[in-house]
Amino acid sequence: MENLNILIVGVGGQGTLLASKFLGAAASLMGKDVKVSEVHGMSQRGGSVVTCVKMGDQVASPIIDLGEADIILSFEAVEALRWLPYMKPTGTIITNTQEINPMPVISGQAVYPEDVLGKMKKDGISMVAFDALSVAESCGTVKCVNIVLLGVLAALLPEIGEEIWKQALESVVPAKLLAVNEKAFQEGLALGKKKGETL
Amino acid sequence: MKKLLLGNEAIAQGAFEAGVHVVSSYPGTPSTEITENVAKYDGVYCEWAPNEKVALEVAIGASIAGARAMCCMKHVGLNVAADPLYTAAYTGVNGGLVIVVADDPGMHSSQNEQDTRFHALAAHVPVLEPSDSRECKELTEKAFEISEEFDTPVILRITTRVAHARSLVETGARKMIDKKPYKKDIMKYVMMPGMAKKRHVFVDQRMAKLEECANKMIHLENAGAKLGIITSGISYQYVKEVFKDAAILKLDMVHPLPAQAIREFASSVESLLVVEELEPFIENFVRQLGIAYVEGKKYFTNQGELSVSAIRKAYFGVDPDCATLSGDAGVSVTDAPARPPVMCPGCPHRGVFHVLSSMKLRVSGDIGCYTLGAMAPYQSIDACVCMGASVSMAHGMEKADKQCEAQSGKPNEDGLTGTVAVIGDSTFMHSGITGLIDIVYNKGASTVIILDNSITGMTGHQQNPTTGKTIRNEDTHPVNLVKLAEAVGVRRVRVEDPFDMKKFKAAVKEEIESGEPSVIIAQRPCALLKSVNYGAPVVINPDKCRKCGACMRLGCPAIFKDGDAYKIDHSLCVGCGLCQQMCAFGAIEKA
Ligand SMILES: Cc1ncc(C[n+]2csc(CCOP(=O)(O)OP(=O)(O)O)c2C)c(N)n1
Ligand code: SF4
Ligand code: SF4
Repeated sequence: MENLNILIVGVGGQGTLLASKFLGAAASLMGKDVKVSEVHGMSQRGGSVVTCVKMGDQVASPIIDLGEADIILSFEAVEALRWLPYMKPTGTIITNTQEINPMPVISGQAVYPEDVLGKMKKDGISMVAFDALSVAESCGTVKCVNIVLLGVLAALLPEIGEEIWKQALESVVPAKLLAVNEKAFQEGLALGKKKGETL
Repeated sequence: MKKLLLGNEAIAQGAFEAGVHVVSSYPGTPSTEITENVAKYDGVYCEWAPNEKVALEVAIGASIAGARAMCCMKHVGLNVAADPLYTAAYTGVNGGLVIVVADDPGMHSSQNEQDTRFHALAAHVPVLEPSDSRECKELTEKAFEISEEFDTPVILRITTRVAHARSLVETGARKMIDKKPYKKDIMKYVMMPGMAKKRHVFVDQRMAKLEECANKMIHLENAGAKLGIITSGISYQYVKEVFKDAAILKLDMVHPLPAQAIREFASSVESLLVVEELEPFIENFVRQLGIAYVEGKKYFTNQGELSVSAIRKAYFGVDPDCATLSGDAGVSVTDAPARPPVMCPGCPHRGVFHVLSSMKLRVSGDIGCYTLGAMAPYQSIDACVCMGASVSMAHGMEKADKQCEAQSGKPNEDGLTGTVAVIGDSTFMHSGITGLIDIVYNKGASTVIILDNSITGMTGHQQNPTTGKTIRNEDTHPVNLVKLAEAVGVRRVRVEDPFDMKKFKAAVKEEIESGEPSVIIAQRPCALLKSVNYGAPVVINPDKCRKCGACMRLGCPAIFKDGDAYKIDHSLCVGCGLCQQMCAFGAIEKA
């Protein structure tokens, strides 16, 4: 497997950390070298957050730099736009269509651009965009948006087998929440397989 | 077995395996998870101290008593702990003493970008610097050995990208280390001038011996190449990606620096580059050795972090190849509105700052989640310097106003109704109480608002002396803030609910007008605590809403404008009900 760089972006509080832990666990279960770089502290309070997951035969820097991401997994529409320069020209974005207004927009100092994802896609950016929040809600809780997105990602990474994903999920979510998270993952996976065909 | 550990988890694991007995720390990003993880191991005594000075002194005491001890903090914490550090460097240790200090280049969560290596230089304390989680574990173990072998405290310096990155670590079993025998030794442990003069001689000899140790703690890669690079810590990882063919001298000990190894390396290459974040610490040393052709900060800034792309750009002038949007896309990356951190939906501080921003006050601020009160829409904090400073600065502001009024015979013309200090519960315990004592002792009249949210929020929810719980969640005696304030001589102490904004405003007004020291304890728990449950989210009833936009002024991230309608994002709203007080038409209802 070539080195694979996945940038996970979103808004503090959306569960990006757990997503990166899940992905990191899957990579290490495959026996890959893996590094995950997380954000703790200030930006977790509703700021723009980014986590890097890098896997391959040997990984040095834990950071995904400008132009280095193979995939951007975005939890929020405008975050996909913000972090676009971190993606390779050949990369793909998997994104939630949810829009969360940042404080400068709420307080009227900035505007939230219209139809960001549509415009990016039209311009030729490779993208899978869908409403992960609704999928998560239909599974039982808005909190599993992260796992739904990971399910979609899994559809694009067939080299990581289903058994590995299953074990990885068990290692990062508490037993009593496993069922709902498994459901969310499967929903995401099915959706990803369907969407993947139209990429 | 290999585990995917955060650098901070690996340090905890390293300390555990090294048989550490006592760990005392104060939280601070990016160091907090070390001590939180130590608390998960059995057989180690572990605590949150009220501040870094206390934490280090606890660790020093444990070391003198013969135990292996560790103390963890963020970079600015070492300023607070500098007093014990500089003299513990003289006393040396009995059981191994390791101080983990986490620097924050790029200031992800800090108020400055100071470089711990200079503290270590001034204090004559050795510094080890890991570059990934495996080294975090190994160098922690090594630090305990060096501490005992050389009779010195040892600093393990990490940076954010090492602390908060996960990589694979081989974990092992705990070594059962016996406590060293305790022997009374006043020449070593009682630092009065006569003893300290002798110990200073020892300290200088020790640094010379440590340099021999540093010469062994090096890794040489690609020897024989023309370009040689000296580096350490996270910069080493970046160097490995950028300079595939260069010779690399990677240092595990960055103070004292290994003069001999550096000289040999320098003479084996045609050009020599130092790649390090922040100050030119290694580079200056190399230059002092007379190696004039060394380069480093000529290319790389001392501000912020380095990165693979930043190094490439600075040294080779090469830009990365990134995904881009065309000019016709109708949107560009710069259109993404900034998304700064905000107080959470349901945050108890929101009530306080909405009130303060309406009062034309000068607000002396402090460090915690509430520092966000400086940002829109509140913009209410006037100054924020370091932990505890809000209280003492407010006193200084008040005295300055009075003094200058007396001198000029004219009232101040700054149009302010008064000055208040705002400080969190953990920060007040850390170093706010001494400022309050100063106010009372020196006949000040400031009003101090203690934002008691029952937790240390900013750093990720640690217990503190006011919460009644220890780091292991055991019940303990909570500090009573009311009695404490009264005990230092404040006569006007009151507890108020920051979510009763009308009453809170009246209380602030009353206290600033009282002309004597006063304390308002704004009590309401952090919205992220498990014990907090406000029930269902609220909704805006479109039939009652008159579109005045008053609710938006509260700055709750759950309230937004959709076209000309005001709405509440039910995935964000926690149902705290604060916004209901903003609406004059009763349009905001519980769902
Ligand atoms: C000397 C020093 N130590 C630690 C920190 C890290 N730090 C920033 S805010 C904070 C505590 C905040 O807790 P509290 O005062 O209770 O306010 P809250 O965040 O809960 O609102 C800490 C430990 C620091 N900035 N400076
Ligand atoms: S963590 Fe708690 S104190 Fe901090 S912003 Fe959120 S609700 Fe407020
Ligand atoms: S009730 Fe109002 S103020 Fe509280 S979280 Fe919900 S929208 Fe925000």
